[in-house]
Amino acid sequence: MSTEVLRTKPRRSRLHRREHQVALLFIAIPLIGFLLFTLYPLLYSVYASFTSWNGLAAPKFNGLDNYIKMWNDPYFLKAMWNTLFMMIGIPIGLVLSMALALGLNRKMRGTTFFRTVYYVPVISSIAAIAILWQWAYNGDFGLVNQVLDIFGIQGPNWLADKDTVKPALIIMATWKGLGYSMLLYLAALQSVPRYLYEAASLDGAGTWQQFRNITMPMVRPVTFFLVVTSIIGGSQIFIEINIMTPLGGPEFSSASIVWYIWRQAFNNLHMGYASAMSIVLGLIIFVITVIQFRLNRRNQFSID
Amino acid sequence: MSTSTSLPGPAAAAPLLDPQAGLPGRTPVRSGRSSSSTPSALSRTSRYKLGNVLVTVILSLGAIVMLGPLLWTFSTSLKTHDAIFALPPQWIPDPVVWENYLRVWSAGPLLSGIRNSLIVAATVTVVGSLTSSVAAFAFAKMRMPFKNAAFLMLLAGLMIPFPTIMIPQFMVFAEIGWVDTLLPLIVPGLFGNIIMIFFLKQYLENVPDSIIEAAKLDGASYLQIFWRLIFPAIRPAMAAQFILWFMAVWNDYLAPIIYLNTPEKQTLQLVIASFNAQYASQTDYPLIMAASFIALLPVLIVFIVFQRQIIESVALTGGKG
Repeated sequence: MSTEVLRTKPRRSRLHRREHQVALLFIAIPLIGFLLFTLYPLLYSVYASFTSWNGLAAPKFNGLDNYIKMWNDPYFLKAMWNTLFMMIGIPIGLVLSMALALGLNRKMRGTTFFRTVYYVPVISSIAAIAILWQWAYNGDFGLVNQVLDIFGIQGPNWLADKDTVKPALIIMATWKGLGYSMLLYLAALQSVPRYLYEAASLDGAGTWQQFRNITMPMVRPVTFFLVVTSIIGGSQIFIEINIMTPLGGPEFSSASIVWYIWRQAFNNLHMGYASAMSIVLGLIIFVITVIQFRLNRRNQFSID
Repeated sequence: MSTSTSLPGPAAAAPLLDPQAGLPGRTPVRSGRSSSSTPSALSRTSRYKLGNVLVTVILSLGAIVMLGPLLWTFSTSLKTHDAIFALPPQWIPDPVVWENYLRVWSAGPLLSGIRNSLIVAATVTVVGSLTSSVAAFAFAKMRMPFKNAAFLMLLAGLMIPFPTIMIPQFMVFAEIGWVDTLLPLIVPGLFGNIIMIFFLKQYLENVPDSIIEAAKLDGASYLQIFWRLIFPAIRPAMAAQFILWFMAVWNDYLAPIIYLNTPEKQTLQLVIASFNAQYASQTDYPLIMAASFIALLPVLIVFIVFQRQIIESVALTGGKG
């Protein structure tokens, strides 16, 4: 091939041009999709965030009004706080899933079965899960309080109490996401070279020391990946809130930021204000992602 | 712990003599440690086995917690209206009434919900997988100026969350009259999925360039190369990504709730959500749970059938679909 191509130079460039054209055609479809459905709406969102816009008349430029309004909007601040608060489920979930992965990494029977069982909530539709947990959290007849009752505990009316609604949502989210983190940890554990442990135990390192000094550093890229994707996912929590507490919960105590954006945009037609909030959300996620890329580079981690 | 005496001789020889000796605890090094800590201690092997029993018990308790709510949904869906309020609670319905699963079809647009979800998920994933794989082929194997820049731009798009672009997107689709149709859910997906492109591109890096060059010499067009060489090669990688994507579209909620108003036009997830809102006030939980269980079932079946591929793909790529 190469010798023939070298001999006939004009033909090579014609072939190359042809290849360029075909390649462009092949990637044109996703590129056009990106421009139409991501880039254009993004730019328009940025523009709309500086306008007063009800979605019916044309947007009217109003400078930084929306952004100033945001800082004085107790609902926005509350929604931000709620969203942040619900992320305390992330470290809890990571610790639990790590423990599960360590258990499943042992040489024993039934690990495949358990892996499948713990993964079932991950693939289940979040809408259906939210519906069934809403019923499970029912104060008088729900599964959660009936189980607590066996142990003599009188459970609260979880979703109707401003102090328990967020913990209830956190428990449910942890339950649903556990299998995913567990699976990634398990894959990471299985790729830790055995000889590291053998060498460490020859040096007299105990189980805890081995975990602390070998396992933890070796699975750190997965931990980073999970932390970042969980924060990005967690900052967009919406479906559970929308289904389980349709009005944002008692005293607005479960309203999340995406829920508030959605409500402002599509119920109150404050499209400009909602756009500004969505830009703030996008910026937060962007910053987190950039930090992740930095850390990734330092850790030489790639997801292939 | 002293290792100088026990390591070289028997420990090194044992694996050669006895294939079982490779199991944990058979080497003198480790049994030496356990006997030094507690003289009457069990051997390392039995301790490992005891640990397994303990771990199995804990994992089983966890498994009950994981499956409990799902089983309870199923159990509620088979109860009479009075039985759900029974105290002490009925864990197993008595009597078992399957009637809720008949009632549910006329109680709301469940059937059209399933049909709409199928239309959206099937169209998006079938067409989108094709466009994604063609693009992945070009990104991985074809020469083109600014190829990497284009790829990075698509990847960067992943950082933009849907809520940030949903408002202008909605307004555009409203302007062309697509609100309350399935088109806003279908059309953007047809242009491909960058996550799938990314993984197929990675996968294609392992396919040698020489077979493509050879096909070119034989006069094959790029489309022929794609169909005859590339597509068969990436099929296994595509299958797993396809399933994950299908489940993600099937379970989607935020985009459908924005675009679809008429009950008969809604996707399954919206239909069960409005079941929930509508029948909770009548405390008809058996009906709600029957509808939810029907919504869970298809994905559950797909998962159980393809669990090996799904789990391997997720573990390998971290992609959730």
